[in-house]
Amino acid sequence: MNNLWGDSLSSFWSTWIIVITLSTIGIAFWLLFANRKTDKAPDAGGNVETTGHAADEIEEYDNPLPRWWFQLYIATVIFSLGYLLLYPGLGNFSGLLGWSQEKQWQEEVARAEERFAPIFTQYQEVPIPKLSQDGEAMQVAERIFLNNCAVCHGSNAKGGYGFPNLTDDAWLYGGAPENIVQTLTNGRNGLMPSWQQLGSENIENVTQYVLSLSGKAEDPERAKKGAAVFASVCAACHTPNGTGNQAIGAPNLTDEAWLYQAPGQTLADSIRQTLRNGRNGQMPAQAAYIGEDKVHLVAAYVYSLSRQQ
Amino acid sequence: MRHAIVEKNVGLLAILILVVISFGGLAEIVPLFFQKQTTEPVKGLEPLSALQLAGRGIYRREGCVGCHSQMVRPFRAETERYGHYSVAGESVYDHNFLWGSKRTGPDLARVGGRYSDDWHRAHLYNPRDVVPESVMPAYPWLFENTLSGERIAGEMRTMQRLGVPYTDEQIASASEAVRGQREITALIAYLQQLGTVLKDSR
Repeated sequence: MNNLWGDSLSSFWSTWIIVITLSTIGIAFWLLFANRKTDKAPDAGGNVETTGHAADEIEEYDNPLPRWWFQLYIATVIFSLGYLLLYPGLGNFSGLLGWSQEKQWQEEVARAEERFAPIFTQYQEVPIPKLSQDGEAMQVAERIFLNNCAVCHGSNAKGGYGFPNLTDDAWLYGGAPENIVQTLTNGRNGLMPSWQQLGSENIENVTQYVLSLSGKAEDPERAKKGAAVFASVCAACHTPNGTGNQAIGAPNLTDEAWLYQAPGQTLADSIRQTLRNGRNGQMPAQAAYIGEDKVHLVAAYVYSLSRQQ
Repeated sequence: MRHAIVEKNVGLLAILILVVISFGGLAEIVPLFFQKQTTEPVKGLEPLSALQLAGRGIYRREGCVGCHSQMVRPFRAETERYGHYSVAGESVYDHNFLWGSKRTGPDLARVGGRYSDDWHRAHLYNPRDVVPESVMPAYPWLFENTLSGERIAGEMRTMQRLGVPYTDEQIASASEAVRGQREITALIAYLQQLGTVLKDSR
């Protein structure tokens, strides 16, 4: 943990602050008394000394400061001295209360830890499949999901263009509890290289072949030609029958889940685009942000999403 | 009655007011110029690369600071959400500071690495595409404008004069590094490094 204030001031600067602060208070106090006029009684003739200001023959009396104002001023001086005695303000003097901004934060964190840690520890011990059935735990998990995950995956967890849908059965890196925990903890970095070098003819053929894998080929002739290219180039990651490889996050091309189909884009166009430019999907690691106990809880929530109904 | 002299001479009054308020600055501001915590960078802090610096310029130009602060305060509610509270040593190379004081959107002091580059692209192109309830404006022109790289070397030279340890080689290659890049690329490069020096500690 970094020290917010770090080392103490040098004694020169400490003295500098103390002298300026105290003498400012002293001067302000002196100023009050130096300019405080005592009540002037009328002289023998009944005349009262005025300031000499006159308007329409109305003259301004030179009265003393109102008592409430004078006393309030003294009260602020006393308050400032009391404050400087209790709290850090005078150079390196840390105040009688020993208060510091950092300590206040640490105490606040410790209080919360004491209150919430047992709840998360208790959840930590429940295996994920069982935890995903626990309604109360899932309510807690949903809050964490909404705060941290919904930004990309959507508040309904159905994802969007480039961000996986978590409510279906398609998993890039596997949907087993340990896979989900791994994804959340360390993040994922999916890389589909660009295949521009295949040439537009081959890209078109492979596109048709990939479409044919889920029975959507528009041009069976081209699909047939694309099969050979797929076998030599794509099969390494997506496997020869196109069902993908969860160990490296290569998607299954035979199902209905299409991560990179932009709104309004045809499926064929999105596949062409993927082949030409490649894709780079990134899931940022979350353990550093939410901690391992919450990763466990959120993993159970994600696990529950695809197993509803 | 001698205060009448001050009250009747506006010039003298102004000078004395300046003297009085300068005491506050002398006690609260001046010692900071001589304190390690405010003058020395935290361990591992590097000056922004040319591209990141160009992105910072875009951040300033688009007025991001008007709605996003870059200052995690030492309260649990903030450190839970954003990470370690901000320390002065992280801002040593910042000229000007972009701490901000208004949070219409979230604090960005530690946004670096939090989301993927793709997310930032989608979000800056149209925030509603990824966060339906967002009120943030869209910045589609960042995807069209390219950087000429004409000014970046001068900006780095200025930073160097202000004490940022850029080497002359870095400045010489700066223009080359940013020329032709889209503004969005520069802005995301800037965002993705924010607060990452202290990212491992919560």
